[in-house]
Amino acid sequence: MGVCEALEPGDVVFGYYRCHALYLAKGGDLRALVAELFGKATGCTKGKGGSMHLIDARRGVMGASAIVGTTIANAVGYAYAQKYCRRPNIVACFFGDGATEEGVFAESLNFAVLKKLPILFVCENNFYAIHTHQNKRQGLPDIRARAQAFGMRAERLDGNDIFELCRCSADAVRSIRAGQGPRFLEVTTYRWREHVGPGCDYHLGYRSEAEAQPWQDADPLRRLARLIDDQHRREMENEVEQEIADAFAFAEQSEFPSATELYTDVFKEEAHAAAGA
Amino acid sequence: MPQPVLDSASRSATSSHRILSYVDAVREATDLEMACDPAVIVFGLDVDDPKAIQGTVRGLLEKYGPERVFGTPLSEDAMTGTAVGMALAGLRPIHVHIRMDFLMLAMNQLVNVAAKCRYMYGGQVHVPLVVRAMIGKSWGQGAQHSQGLHSFFMHVPGLKVVAPSTPYDAKGCLSAAVRDDDPVIYVEHRLLHFQSGPVPPERYQVWPGKARITAKGNDLTIVGISYMQIECLRAQRLLARIGIHAEVIDPIWLSPLDIDTIAASVEKTGRLLVVDNGWTNCGAAAEIVAQIGEKLAPLRDLRLKRMGFAPVTCPTTPALEELFYPNARTIAAQARNLVEGAETGWLPEIPEELQTTAFKGPF
Repeated sequence: MGVCEALEPGDVVFGYYRCHALYLAKGGDLRALVAELFGKATGCTKGKGGSMHLIDARRGVMGASAIVGTTIANAVGYAYAQKYCRRPNIVACFFGDGATEEGVFAESLNFAVLKKLPILFVCENNFYAIHTHQNKRQGLPDIRARAQAFGMRAERLDGNDIFELCRCSADAVRSIRAGQGPRFLEVTTYRWREHVGPGCDYHLGYRSEAEAQPWQDADPLRRLARLIDDQHRREMENEVEQEIADAFAFAEQSEFPSATELYTDVFKEEAHAAAGA
Repeated sequence: MPQPVLDSASRSATSSHRILSYVDAVREATDLEMACDPAVIVFGLDVDDPKAIQGTVRGLLEKYGPERVFGTPLSEDAMTGTAVGMALAGLRPIHVHIRMDFLMLAMNQLVNVAAKCRYMYGGQVHVPLVVRAMIGKSWGQGAQHSQGLHSFFMHVPGLKVVAPSTPYDAKGCLSAAVRDDDPVIYVEHRLLHFQSGPVPPERYQVWPGKARITAKGNDLTIVGISYMQIECLRAQRLLARIGIHAEVIDPIWLSPLDIDTIAASVEKTGRLLVVDNGWTNCGAAAEIVAQIGEKLAPLRDLRLKRMGFAPVTCPTTPALEELFYPNARTIAAQARNLVEGAETGWLPEIPEELQTTAFKGPF
């Protein structure tokens, strides 16, 4: 949210499988998101991609991958095209701490610096890949330092401080837009719930409630909410609740895709055949 | 010097009398596509080096500049992902690999991303990407420089695969691949680079959907894939000397595959030999044989046979490498066995006019 605040509508973002907030922050359509979760034809990918592959190309949400690290290279390629086509827009690419262990992370950062591409790398470091802490996975847990080693300016900041995140993002985006090449933000945060699903997972024993508590106390949403007067806040909450209710109603009323949809969108020819049918 | 074996076959596809090498056909197709569309860019390891990818990109750097023609870091994974990102942004990248084996480093981006984007994003985006991949042979290419892995990609919905064997098709298929709105794996065999044949100077496309009958016959059908098309046409001549008339087919596009042309031929001949430039197990030959079996087994008697690499890792010593690959002699022998329905023990010698002299190395 803090990063997308600094982006223009024409800028482009790439995400990963936890892409719902990014999708909404960049302006992605809420109805299409919920319909997608319901597997309906009105979903953002007609029910074909699901929760891990949200996209809204018109709003510059260019997709998300369920293979860790994969979209980093795609974002770099998009940034190359932006620069080559002399477009004013930049690319922001989001990934987790686990992605920085993939080879594609190192390869992509190297190329982005080599070609001085208009791209902002945003590493959401929540310290865990599924159930394994960063300390068990990385010889040098300082992700910012590793990014710096490729030759770009990198910063580490508290991702729960929304104002600091907005300030750093705006500064980085300004510099990227001015043609100064890629920038890197390591943003610390925390995963409250289990890897997949709505439940808590303290019973697994890989982390404790005591570890999670300070992060939950520092919830950026609550911190932000405290800055708004009660009446204004209630109005906003009502508005959002209404929007959510509308999206769920829309999703429930929408149809599932027809059987012929199974075979469309493999190649362009199939798309044409379907359109003609 | 012997005439290039494919001349007569290619001439039937074109009225042009201009003779070009396969290398120059690839270069010309790239040049013409780049000239008419600034979205076309070319890159890969060593693309901008003095050897210019065996000459296939020669002169393009000077003509189009380093933003459109560039060498890359040794990062096949990320550079493939980068190519996908460029394609999502509206470019038409051609990513070049001097060995197909290197694609193993790029499988995630090719299989999990390029092939999937159009479908998993519900048709919102598409990936007009061309991946040129060369298969090596001889001169000590060995285990990791010789693999024909096209069947890996044929397996995956969302990818197209083409393996042209003539200069005419090399140019037309590359142009078609660049114009295609979906990802295409363009398979070049290094030995095919030394083929010459008629190539019209203008821009044209050889689209998916049509296999080419490269020799007419009624006794059996031989399908030769990529470089094996050359060996099959040599085998066809050896067979003609003993009165066996083989119909030889070049599928050109492997995915989507024009099975109907092959089926029509096998319906006539009843015998099918598929010779692949790869392993037979779960390979392109297995797929073609299976499809023909499904289509024609209910209709008529069939004799089916696959040939391909020996089911081992490719060795470097010529003494063993010679045994690793099918060749005109072993293809002709298997074809005769298929026609006669028995092991004949026949293994013809290669006459002088069918021997190759074009390639003398080094790679």
